[in-house]
Amino acid sequence: MSQTAASTRRRKRFKLPLWMYKLASPAYFDRLVGRIIPWLLIPGLVLLGIGLVWGLAFAPADYQQGDSFRIIYVHVPTAALSMGIYMAMAITAGIGLIWRIRLAALVSRNCAPIGAACTFLALATGALWGKPMWGTWWVWDARLTSELILLFLYLGYMALHEAFEDPEIGSRAAAILALVGVINIPIIHYSVEWWHTLHQGATIFKLDKPSIAPSMLWPLLVMLLAFALLSAANVLMRTRNNVLERRLQPDDDE
Amino acid sequence: MTPVRRRRLFMVMSLVLASGTAVALTTYALRQNINLFFAPTQVIAGEAPFDRVIRVGGLVVPGSISRDQETLQVSFDIADNSGVIRVSYSGILPDLFREGQGIVARGTLGPDHHIQAQEVLARHDEEYMPPEVAEALKRTSMTHDSY
Repeated sequence: MSQTAASTRRRKRFKLPLWMYKLASPAYFDRLVGRIIPWLLIPGLVLLGIGLVWGLAFAPADYQQGDSFRIIYVHVPTAALSMGIYMAMAITAGIGLIWRIRLAALVSRNCAPIGAACTFLALATGALWGKPMWGTWWVWDARLTSELILLFLYLGYMALHEAFEDPEIGSRAAAILALVGVINIPIIHYSVEWWHTLHQGATIFKLDKPSIAPSMLWPLLVMLLAFALLSAANVLMRTRNNVLERRLQPDDDE
Repeated sequence: MTPVRRRRLFMVMSLVLASGTAVALTTYALRQNINLFFAPTQVIAGEAPFDRVIRVGGLVVPGSISRDQETLQVSFDIADNSGVIRVSYSGILPDLFREGQGIVARGTLGPDHHIQAQEVLARHDEEYMPPEVAEALKRTSMTHDSY
């Protein structure tokens, strides 16, 4: 008797919010996401257009780097999202692993290609920026190396998913990799403070006020929001497709 | 939360904690190797090895740059808060190279703390502003000429 009471108490204390359980129902998810996607996709595309034109044509040139600095408008949003999407991927992977909510695992899985694409873009634009400014495409400093490890984590996560006959086991194994890889995120962020690196310190993601002129900062924030909205829309669209595919297979256990 | 989920949560959290500790200890042990370059103070204190290629980073001391008129040979001082060392280099310097700029030189260390560089990279800081603003800042505060 007392044991049942204790277990109900525990059950109450660690319950996820109700909306998360509701969200885990494929039919509810399908309807909800169908309504959300246009609100992410359309503002995302509009802001991307505005941000690109504003940043590339109207923002002033930098006092030191001239027009070369404009690659910041792709480099910073993709770099920030490469880490942000990883956190989203790890958290949903954790929820999928612990609570066995399949939809969470599905969202996690669909974060990976988008995050990997952002990481690749951040590395590529960084190299293009590094050559004219620093004098080299690549250097093995702590920031660049940890960001490269992030790309490998994404690729490893995707590969691990496919490495098992049973998708459920693949998803669990990959979730553990994603969770262990979380340690890399603070390393990427603080690498420029903890060690001597060629990469400069943080411009906007710090406690101080951003060390960039407002006329250059605004288009950057627009681009950041645009990339975030488009990434979210992309992840949700992929997940919805997966849910629909699954519902088309009647012999599936769901 | 059911006991099974509770156990899983506990396992996941201890896994993340354990790997975090392992990585933290490893990076702590390797902290000098993770640094891309030595600061001039470290070189003068004898922390940098003489027998292999190293990187040294610092600010180019204003007025210390001397260029050869005939060749690409250039030499200059780099400094941090409390140390100055001389760098010689033959080649094309990055566009950002100028007095007061942060640079990273890769080369071998001579006996008198003189670096014979094979490569010179420029660093830039995290501040971005239009040229007019930089001009205005320079005019108003003379303390701002550190970069």
